[in-house]
This record gives sequence, C-alpha cells and structure tokens, in this order.
Amino acid sequence: MEISKEKFQIVGTRSTEAEKISKPSLSFWKDVSIRFRKNKLAMFGVVLLILLIIMAIFGPYMTKFDYRTNNLVNTNKPPGSMHWFGTDDLGRDVFARTWQGARISLFIGIAAAAVDFFIGVFWGGLAGYKGGRIDEFMMRFADVLWGIPYLLLVILFMVVMGQSLGTMILAMTITGWINMARIVRGQVLSLKSQEYVLASKTLGAGLQRIMGKHLIPNTMGPILVTMTLTVPSAIFTEAFLSYLGLGLTPPLASWGTMASDGLPAIKYYPWRLFFPATFICLTIFAFNVIGDGLRDALDPRLRK
Amino acid sequence: MEKLLEVKNLEVSFQTYGGEVKAVRGVSFDLHKGETLAIVGESGSGKSVTSQTIMKLIPMPPGKIKGGQILFNGEDIVKKTDKQMEKIRGKEISMIFQDPMTSLNPTMKIGRQIMEVLTKHQNMSTSTAKERAVELLRLVGIPMPEKRVIQYPHEFSGGMRQRAMIAIALAANPKLLIADEPTTALDVTIQAQILELMKDLQSKMDTSIIFITHDLGVVANVADRVAVMYAGQIVEMGTVDEVFYDPRHPYTWGLLASMPSLDNDDKSELAAIPGTPPDLIHPPKGDAFAARNQYAMAIDFEEEPPMFQISETHFAKTWLLHPDAPKVEPPEAVKRRMRKLASTFEKPVLVQEGKS
Amino acid sequence: MAEKLIEIKNLKQYFNVGRPNLVKAVDGVTFDIYKGETLGLVGESGCGKSTTGRTIIRLYDATAGEVFFDGENVHGKKSAKELKKFNRKMQMIFQDPYASLNPRMTVADIIAEGIDIHGLAKTRKERMERVYELLETVGLNKEHANRYPHEFSGGQRQRIGIARALAVEPEFIIADEPISALDVSIQAQVVNLMKKLQREKGLTYLFIAHDLSMVKYISDRIGVMYYGKLVEIAPAEDLYKNPLHPYTKSLLSAIPIPDPESERTRKRITYNPSVHNYGDNEDVTMREISPGHFVLCSAKEFEQYKQQYR
Repeated sequence: MEISKEKFQIVGTRSTEAEKISKPSLSFWKDVSIRFRKNKLAMFGVVLLILLIIMAIFGPYMTKFDYRTNNLVNTNKPPGSMHWFGTDDLGRDVFARTWQGARISLFIGIAAAAVDFFIGVFWGGLAGYKGGRIDEFMMRFADVLWGIPYLLLVILFMVVMGQSLGTMILAMTITGWINMARIVRGQVLSLKSQEYVLASKTLGAGLQRIMGKHLIPNTMGPILVTMTLTVPSAIFTEAFLSYLGLGLTPPLASWGTMASDGLPAIKYYPWRLFFPATFICLTIFAFNVIGDGLRDALDPRLRK
Repeated sequence: MEKLLEVKNLEVSFQTYGGEVKAVRGVSFDLHKGETLAIVGESGSGKSVTSQTIMKLIPMPPGKIKGGQILFNGEDIVKKTDKQMEKIRGKEISMIFQDPMTSLNPTMKIGRQIMEVLTKHQNMSTSTAKERAVELLRLVGIPMPEKRVIQYPHEFSGGMRQRAMIAIALAANPKLLIADEPTTALDVTIQAQILELMKDLQSKMDTSIIFITHDLGVVANVADRVAVMYAGQIVEMGTVDEVFYDPRHPYTWGLLASMPSLDNDDKSELAAIPGTPPDLIHPPKGDAFAARNQYAMAIDFEEEPPMFQISETHFAKTWLLHPDAPKVEPPEAVKRRMRKLASTFEKPVLVQEGKS
Repeated sequence: MAEKLIEIKNLKQYFNVGRPNLVKAVDGVTFDIYKGETLGLVGESGCGKSTTGRTIIRLYDATAGEVFFDGENVHGKKSAKELKKFNRKMQMIFQDPYASLNPRMTVADIIAEGIDIHGLAKTRKERMERVYELLETVGLNKEHANRYPHEFSGGQRQRIGIARALAVEPEFIIADEPISALDVSIQAQVVNLMKKLQREKGLTYLFIAHDLSMVKYISDRIGVMYYGKLVEIAPAEDLYKNPLHPYTKSLLSAIPIPDPESERTRKRITYNPSVHNYGDNEDVTMREISPGHFVLCSAKEFEQYKQQYR
C-alpha cells in the first residue's frame, strides 16, 4: 500500500469533533412517543378511542332522532335503515342513545381519572416527600378509607345526595385516588434520595420546586399509566352501578343504564343490549391497550 | 503453550432505533492455558460485549454476531445452539460479575447455589455436593464455611459475596473464567484480597482467566498479557511488561499518562485525553481514536491503521509505527516508565491482512 | 493559607436514633479546611466520609457538633433567607453522573437551576448567556444547552454537574466521589478541570474519594476515616511518606499501582483494630505528631508514633 508522505504530518486532536454529539436531540417524551408508535396494538387502541370520541361528539347529530323522545308506535324495532341500531321499549333511537351514552360514559371515566390525578398526586407526593410521621398519618388515613366497603359508600352517597352524575363521580373518586396516591408515594420515596434532588436541595430549592420540577415530572410515566387504566375501570363501575339500579336516572342515558334496560329483553330484542355492551368493551379495550403500550414505552429497561 | 481460546475477527452489533451500534469491530486474540489476559478499556469500548459474546450471554436480538469465530478448545462457539451452550456455561466457561448481588439468587442459600452447579455439571449426589460446597467456600477464604453455606446472600458483606461468586464460578472446575470488573465495586483493601485469591486459585486449578477492568493498577497486578480496547477494537496487545514499559499506541500512552503517580510529588497537570469516545453507530472514518489523539496525522482521519507487530507478542494498531511516520515523543509521564525490552524487533513489522 | 474557611467540631451523625439498629455513621469528627486548599477525605465505603460531606452541607441534620463557615455556625437555627445565602456559598458535586442530573430537564435548565432559585439573572437572555458561559467554562459549548442528560457521556455529565454548582458562584465545593464512576481517561479531564477552577476562582474543596492516588494528586491535605472516626490527617506528601495509623498503612499498601514490577513485589499490610487494645480509661484523641500531622491515638501510642516518625 503506497501512501504519500504528506499524509504523515502530525495534525493533532480535533477536540471540537470529539465533543460533538451526532445523534439528533431526543427528549424523554419524544423517545417514549417513538416507542409507543411502534406498538401496533396500542396504536390501534388510540385509533379506536379517537373514533369513539368523534362519534360521541358527532354521533347524536347524525340521525334525525334524538335520544329522549319516546315513540310508542316504534318500540323495539330491530336495526334497519331508519333506526340504525333499532329502538328500545319506549321507541327511542338506540343509535342516538348509544352516542349520548358514550358522552356520559367517557365523561365519567375522564372526570374520575382527573380527580384521582389531582388528589392522588398531591396526597401521595406530599406523603412520600415529607416521610416520617406525616407520611405515616397520611397513608394510614388512606388505608382506613380503603377499608370501607366501596358499595356501601356509593349507596350512602346516592341516598343522601340523590342520584346524579355529580354524586356518581364523587362516589367513585372518594376511594379511587388512593391507588394513585400509593403509586406516587412509592415513586417519590425512591426518587427523593436521587442525587439530582439532593443537588437541587443544596442549591436552596424549596418544596414546590423539588416537587414540580423534579419529583412529579419523573413520576409522570406511572401517573399516566395509572390514569389511562382508571378510565376504563370508572366506565365499568358506572355500568355496574347502573345495572344495580344505582346509576343515572332516565331519560339520561349511559352505556350502563342502556345495558341494564336491555338485559331483560335479551331473548327478543338482543340489539338493545348488544350495542351498549359492545361499546363498553371496545372502550375498555382501547384504554387498556393504550395503558399497556404506555407502560412498555416508558419502561426504562426497554430503552437502549 | 496450548491455546484454549482463539477469537478471530469477531464482530458484534446491536440494533437500536437510532441505528446499528457496532460494539465489537473485528477483535482477534488468543488465550493460552493457565494464562490471565486482561482486557482494558473505557465503558463502551466493547470489552464487556466481547467477553459476554464468548459466553453467548448478549441478548439476541438486539445483539447479533456479525462475523468471526470463537474457537474454544477448537470448537466454534458462534455456531452453538442455546442448548449446547448450557452445557458449556458454568462447566467449561464461567463468569463473575462486578455486582455479585445481581448474579446471586437472593432467595436461595449460598450453599444451595453452589450445589446446583455441582449436581448439574458434575453429576454429584446431594451429600457430596454439600461437602464440596463447604470445601469451596473454605477455598475462597470464607471463614466458618459450615455456617456460611446455610446463609443467604444478603447476610454476606460485599467482599464475601464476591468470594461466594468465585466459589460458584469455580465449582465445576471451568477451563476458562471470565471476570468482568470483579473488584470495581469493592474497597481497595478488599480488592487486594480478592485479587490475591484469584491468583492463588489460578495457580492451583490452572484456569485461564479473561480479566476485564478499567483499572490499570489491577491490570499490572493480575495480568500476564494485556489487550487495550478502544471503540470496539483491540488497539494494543502485549505482555504486561510490554504494555506498561514499552507502550506504542497513543491511546495506551494517554491512559498511562492520565493517572497520577503515587511516588513523585509532581503536581503538574495530568495529561488527560480530551473529548469522549466516538459514537459506534457511526464509527469515524480512519482511526477511531484520531479526533482525541494529539499525535493524530492526516492519514488517521482517512485510513484505518493496520496492526503492526513490535515483538513476538506485542502488537499495536497505529500509523505511528509506519516507516514514513515522524518520530514522536510520548508524554512525559510515559517516557519516565519506558524501558528497552530485549524481545523488541528492530523495526515494527506490518501484520498482513487475514493473519492475526 | 492559614485562614480557616470551614471548622468542623465534633460532628456526629447517627441514624435510627432510639432504635435497635442505631448507626453511628459519623462519630465525633473534628477538622478544619483552609481557604483555597483541597482537603481529601478517604476511607472505605461505609466509613462515613460521604455522610460527613452531606452533613456539612446540611442535607442531613447533624446529631451533634458544629460546622462553622467563615466563623458563622451553619447548623444553628436559620431563617430561610440566611439559609439561601449559605446555599450560594457551599455547593456539592455528586458521584453518579447518571443519577445527579434530572433526566427530564434540558442541560440549560439543569445548569440554570441555581440561577433561577436565587434570581441571579434579570432577563431570559441574561440567563442563557450565563448558561453558555458556564458551559464554556467546563469545556462544553452552546450546542449542548438544549440537549438532555442521557445524550451525554459520563464525563460530560459530570462537567454539567460542575457547571450547575458553579452557577451560584460558591466559595466552597464538596466533591463527593466525583470521579469514581468515570473512566480513567475521563477522570483526568475532570480533575484537571477542578484544579483549573480552583486556580481561577480561588475555590476551596473537600474532595471525598476512595481512589487514593487521585486524592494524593489533587489534595493539599488528606484525612483518613475509619468507621465514623477520623484516624489520621496530614499534609498529602507527609501522609504517603509517613503513614502512622495502622489503618492508613493498610490502606496505602492495598492501592494497586500501574507498574507490574512493583505489583509483583508488593507486601500487603492488613489492619486489625484489636492491635490498639485501648484500656477503658485511656484517652484516645487526635494528637499532633508533627506540624499538621494528627493521628487518633492513646498517650502510649503517641510516644511510639513519635519515634516512628522520620
């Protein structure tokens, strides 16, 4: 191999090059989103959820029937070109009711998740960060609340405050946040001794800053996963309560009340149960696969 | 001497979403019976991947052996199936890790963990395995081994755990022991004990050892031969005296010069190697070390240097050994340790392609 | 150099007080740190050297004892404002370059944290200029400001940690094993940087480490800790040439030296605490053997050590 002599001139280091980072900048959440999008099942869940939300928004306007008007001539009609999902025992259009119900079911789910988020993160974060006696007290309080039979609470609320959407959400979240609080507390407990938190402390950071800038952002992953899994459980709980007759009062429709109404007639008019039940399943399925997908995407062990 | 292991032109890559990380890029070395080869290098130099590939412990995928051979007793490990590897691991080749807690089973008594190896690979009966376990613990210098066998890993101190790990690794009399930074997590006084123990056991059992570390002090203590790795390649290899008293590669110089010396009061600035190791998704053109090399020549940025041979046992992969290269002075701290070694060739010889 | 910046008096840090698993992590440690010097603190893991550093900077509340900074007691009751002033004077560099930077924050926000907390920049522009300046100081550049910690190598991260500490312009920095987790070639970079900063800014360091060769190189004086107690403190050279406490001797004999020949001939000394065999009423304290060279010993040992000392 012949190499010209000039090539053997000493040129020294190229230090700027040695410090250069060639990879494109990638924030944590960008990285998560790349991995999430690679998960086909989770992406399917997202698409499904978007479709459900679109239908919940526009569905009721797509048919000329509204969800509450009785039409006693047209009771229990099977699905057809007139009533796409058929009608119920009072002649109300099931299609309109399904999407009206979707609004309420999704609202309940999301509201429950939001309330869990605010109370749970606050409570768990504070308990975990403060530690010691304060932690002990706060978590024992949560334990006590957790110990009260849940149905008993719901019934109590319904009796005292009347059956309404607000009562329903309140009843669901009275114990729902505890799970979130426990998860956040566990995370905060392990994160607060991390060196970056100590560094922030030595710089003079107060509680607010350490929580808001360090602890909560680093707990966001598990929080998000817990929230996406709270939504379907709230939807399911609503359906379950409605089925027991503890749910919303007519003419309000949720998937739960519709399913509960449809069940006695399952032999003769199966569509009255079929549609709400199917959409409950689809929604729960969508949220669950999204939650699982998020968990996988956030898992640091799967990062390169 | 008999060759136990020959690694030929090994290439290992990992598939990440950022691209293919070429972790090991053509590594060749061999290991004789009863010898200790130290592989030194920074994190990311490929030293751990190389050793894990010998045990076929790298996760595949994302890992992949892209090329080369690993001949163990003449048989190619690369071609072996998982099932065949199970018979080799723990019996023929075993491994000890930096953190014994991650490789010891926390829910199992130490004695049981040793016995498991013995009953699996040596077909020992439970009672003889039990005796042998106590014997092994005594061998690795654990006091009161009869009591210790029925304890759990968490009841052991860091140094004792590492000893227990060594006992497990040596239970089946392996021919090759791979030690991946076994003393890095330990205090110096404990480290010294463990190193002494390993040398002592080696002389008794005639095991070959591949010792992976980044600590040159440890290398000087344990190694017969040294391979210096950088960016997935071996850049210099030789006997321990050759590498410490007559280093030829500027990266080896850099490593040696960046350590302060204990015996003199020199407080002048340490000769640090500037910058950081290259990204192995896009290995730089030419010599991977060029950008950080104060002796880099124009050609280093264009052509990958070939291997030059300095003595029967000493190799270095740098253009500085080319006859046309200017004569350069190594850093002060390295010059102080340079010696003329008798075995050195008159002139560096270019190693022909295809021959290791 | 005679001016004392930090005085630590009989500092004690016990964990699990009042419970059966009481740990005396730091058990009555007394030493001074002079302005502009580097004091090295070495010992095995669990000897209390890191706890000492963390207690000095008030990450833990001391069980007993005092720490004076420029004559001012920093462990007394303090208002939030006084504490903040103190936070600016004393800073810390951490061991693990992977755990010491918040993975969700950009490098600019990490470095600017102190600037934000103490309101050291009036405008956004001023803040960013300060960040760029700090990045340059530690050998990085502007382009790195908007990246996230995981994109950097260990050495680069450690330098970011140093820039964060420098942002509040401290006088005293506690470096808690700042190079233990780094590769050899990178250790020298960080140590050189720390030395350069000390020259330029007149910083005082407490350098905690278990790598004795690096400690000897960077330190003016070295303290050796064993089980929560300071057993020997001396000028760096003196400690290496004339180790007196048997534990110091064993520690020094265990350091592997990158020289095959001396490794082949090394003699390891083991330390057995029972050699002291202190009596019940023997007064074991720090005694000065030669100027600046203190050893934890009894009156009897003191005489022996004096004889040994060359």
